[in-house]
Amino acid sequence: MKLRRSIKDNRGESAQFRRRAVVGFVLLLLGLCLLVSRYMLLQVTRHDEFVTRSTNNSVKPRAIPPARGLIYDRNGVLLADNVPAFRLEVVPDKVQDMSALLAQLGEVVPLGQDDLDTFQKQLQQSRRFDSVPLKLHLTEDEIDRFAVNRWRFPGVDVVPYLTRRYPLSGLFAHVVGYVSRIDANDLERLDPDRYKGTSHIGRSGVERSYEDVLHGTPGYELVEVNADGQTQRVLETHPPIPGRNLYLSIDSRMQKAADAAFDGRPGAAVAIDPRNGQVLAMVSVPTFDPNLFVNGISKADYSALTNDPGKPLINRAMKGVYPPGSTVKPFLALGGLEDGVRRPEDTVLSTGEFCLPGQSRCYRDDERGGNGTVNMVRAIELSTNTYFYRLALDLGIDRLSAWMSRFSFGSKTGIDLLGESEGILPSREWKAKHSKAGWYPGETVIAGIGQGYWEVTPLQLAHAVATFAGHGVPYLPRVGMATKAVTDEQAQMLPNPPSGPSLITKASHWDVIDEGMRAVITGGTGKTVGLNNGFPYLIAGKSGTAERFSRTSEAYNTNKNTAYLATRHRAWFEAYTPSDNPQISAVALLEAGAWGAQDAGPIVRKIFDAWLAAKGSAAPTDTPLAIPATAAIPGNEDIPVEDASTMPPPASSIDGGTP
Amino acid sequence: MIETMHVRVRRFMRRILTRPRIDLPLAFGLFILAGVGLVTLYSAGDSSLALVGGQAGRFVLGAILLLLISRIPPSTLRNWTPWLYAGSTALLVVVALLGEGRGANRWLNLGVMRFQPSELLKLTMPMMVAWYLHPRKLPPSWKDIAVVGLLIAIPAALIAKQPDLGTALLVTAAGAFALFLSGMAWWRIGVVIGAVGGMIPVAWHFLHQYQRDRVLTMLNPESDPLGNGWHIIQSQIAVGSGGVFGKGWQQSTQSRLDFLPEHTTDFIFAVFSEEFGLIGVIGIMLLYAFIIGRCLWIAMEARDTYSRLLAGAIGMSFFVYVFVNGGMVAGMLPVVGVPMPMISYGGTSAVSLLVGFGVLMSIHANRKMHE
Repeated sequence: MKLRRSIKDNRGESAQFRRRAVVGFVLLLLGLCLLVSRYMLLQVTRHDEFVTRSTNNSVKPRAIPPARGLIYDRNGVLLADNVPAFRLEVVPDKVQDMSALLAQLGEVVPLGQDDLDTFQKQLQQSRRFDSVPLKLHLTEDEIDRFAVNRWRFPGVDVVPYLTRRYPLSGLFAHVVGYVSRIDANDLERLDPDRYKGTSHIGRSGVERSYEDVLHGTPGYELVEVNADGQTQRVLETHPPIPGRNLYLSIDSRMQKAADAAFDGRPGAAVAIDPRNGQVLAMVSVPTFDPNLFVNGISKADYSALTNDPGKPLINRAMKGVYPPGSTVKPFLALGGLEDGVRRPEDTVLSTGEFCLPGQSRCYRDDERGGNGTVNMVRAIELSTNTYFYRLALDLGIDRLSAWMSRFSFGSKTGIDLLGESEGILPSREWKAKHSKAGWYPGETVIAGIGQGYWEVTPLQLAHAVATFAGHGVPYLPRVGMATKAVTDEQAQMLPNPPSGPSLITKASHWDVIDEGMRAVITGGTGKTVGLNNGFPYLIAGKSGTAERFSRTSEAYNTNKNTAYLATRHRAWFEAYTPSDNPQISAVALLEAGAWGAQDAGPIVRKIFDAWLAAKGSAAPTDTPLAIPATAAIPGNEDIPVEDASTMPPPASSIDGGTP
Repeated sequence: MIETMHVRVRRFMRRILTRPRIDLPLAFGLFILAGVGLVTLYSAGDSSLALVGGQAGRFVLGAILLLLISRIPPSTLRNWTPWLYAGSTALLVVVALLGEGRGANRWLNLGVMRFQPSELLKLTMPMMVAWYLHPRKLPPSWKDIAVVGLLIAIPAALIAKQPDLGTALLVTAAGAFALFLSGMAWWRIGVVIGAVGGMIPVAWHFLHQYQRDRVLTMLNPESDPLGNGWHIIQSQIAVGSGGVFGKGWQQSTQSRLDFLPEHTTDFIFAVFSEEFGLIGVIGIMLLYAFIIGRCLWIAMEARDTYSRLLAGAIGMSFFVYVFVNGGMVAGMLPVVGVPMPMISYGGTSAVSLLVGFGVLMSIHANRKMHE
């Protein structure tokens, strides 16, 4: 340090600094002179102009919130609309003592803590002459009581506004979701200019994921005020741009059929158009009334919903995860073909038991004594475990999980809704993250029949079936189909191109799996249920009956008591139709069912029936859904139906494949 | 032991109060400024004594900190400098990762209080540059300029990303002034300014949309009648209608009728200009010039390079506040969140300014005794 100092010339530096400081000071003085000259320009040269503007300054802008876009199903059936209601608003400027006012007001109109918190937050972020909402959706009684006491509360007013209504109540609660009051946290992240005067924001479902589309742009009016800041008249209005209306790809008739088919039993179903990824139905049972949430849900209602053992708030279709069981077998078989480890004609002998060399513990077939010699088609038809144990071993866990991941197993499907679960695709990587033990061959074996670590959401499986049914071309699942501004002639389709190239390299591979899945309906688990009876098209499908608990004994389950079985099994069914030209694919899951085909199969069939009825024609045809616009949902005839002038384009252009 | 500690603290406090080692002219300037600030705030805040009281309380807190810091010798400050700089920059990183605040991640919640780490950099930045240049041969070489550039750029980029362009500007300016005062060759200054100027189109690309909007709004205020355009128009009406002599204290119609937004914080100088006119503006500019000049005087008398550069940089960055805020209020510069020092309502800014002046007082107390 001393040495370094010695080469420094402190005296010289001091002189240098002195010069710089003087130069710097002169420069800063010049800057201040520049600033003063700007003030001279405003205060001397342009003084008269600004005095005029100041004395005439009696015009203030006031924000007008936009009307939220409406939500329709694919045929124009209204799913969410805006209805007038009344709320309490306060203009802070006119209030002398805010806390005293709130205390007194609370005696007339009960105010919740949530109301007060949000109000305080919004108060800080608004100009004092902007009125701030205090309590939403006043009851008749509250409006009356306030009217009598109004003179006591200058600056407080009952103001009409538009609130959200969901006419179909619980039927679309998990898809459309709901809006609720903007809270203190929202205000932290929202653009205050865009949300000036707006009290609600999309909280779940498409209301949330399409918030930007639905919200719109606020307008403003210029109002003349007197010296006390009170509005005299409106001079100019720049109307807000309402949010765009949103058309879902879901057909409410199919939605209703799917919901009814569950008959209250917990579960979920998803139907997808394999040609474009459009979701045609998505239900989760049980459900709830989204209208409860719009203007603040009461504590009692909320705890009733959260304490309900059926967990109605959870969207099982995309948040619930379940072992897929045998439903993964067709995909695994396809992987065997694509990876070249199996030819369709390769056979395996099923004896009822499959043992790994050197292990005492064996893996069993569903049927005592096995299915004998089976090829691929037969193995899918009979759901022969031994065939798939072998196949899984021959593929190995790495190839197995690499292939399955291409169907979005183990990852989000990318649907346009928030909060999907990823499920679990068994793999070395997954296990390494969750356990210290290495990967055992036995785990590969059971992965082959959808057991072990496997967990999928009904949406993931529906996406996988749709991808297969669409000859391997993957589309991101979409519930939003089109948007339309009020002023638009025609709705604008939301584009959804394929998310990648086809997973299937040879058409013959598809044919083999398709043959196996058709055989399930005609000869396998579906036969006894008669799933194809009276249906004009060939259905192809696969059941799955997954264990809720892992099998601890090798004993065959001889207890045929369905009540007992129902506690043990997850019942799945996956299917698509028409088999020669798939136009719809569907998956149903019952959280507690005895057998996949018997219990979940009929749900899928009812969805197909509704689809067929909606199609309105029994003749096989390539033209996609063409549904009369006036169709209403049975039992909901009072629901307003969009008139023809605001209809989305004819279904043919909607369904016409990829843009 | 406790007894002696106690006595020692008492003696220290007594010394601060009875024999404060402060520069009286500078203290006098600040005192007048604080008075003007409170008087203006009373008017701009609709005669709210609570508001004025709160601000006065912060001034008192700031003054106490100023007195305490004035007792810390610059050599001690210099030893702490790298740690203070590293610490405050680390806090910026923390805020970037888990900060909170509307639209901007700049606040750190300490449970008892929330504060902006970027505020610390306003002081630790010039300290760090001065610390780095202190043992080097001056004027600085290209290598030293590059190192200083990096020392400035890292925190400035973190602050700009928050996004808080106003503070980023102040922090950058504080560091740059220290470099300027170190005698950086004029041609080198030219080269750097040229290079930075060349970067402007690139920087524009990285700005947030709302920041670009602010610049564009300044050029055409009528395009945004609800947001910043409104601020700019109303602020200019307030300033312009004040004229030469002003409308008089508490006579600002623009503020009273609530045409002027943010009239106690960023736009308070519009109220001042409306009420006290051009005379008042010139008067307060002279006061600011006096304070800056006095800071530079203290810097010239300082004992070593570190003290010189630090004192000079603090004084000169005071100018940036005045220029940027004054320019914004008069519609000459875009709307950025820079307060008018000692006049705008707001805690952190007043306190951190006074802490900075505390450092100046310490440098003054340890000045060269002869020459």
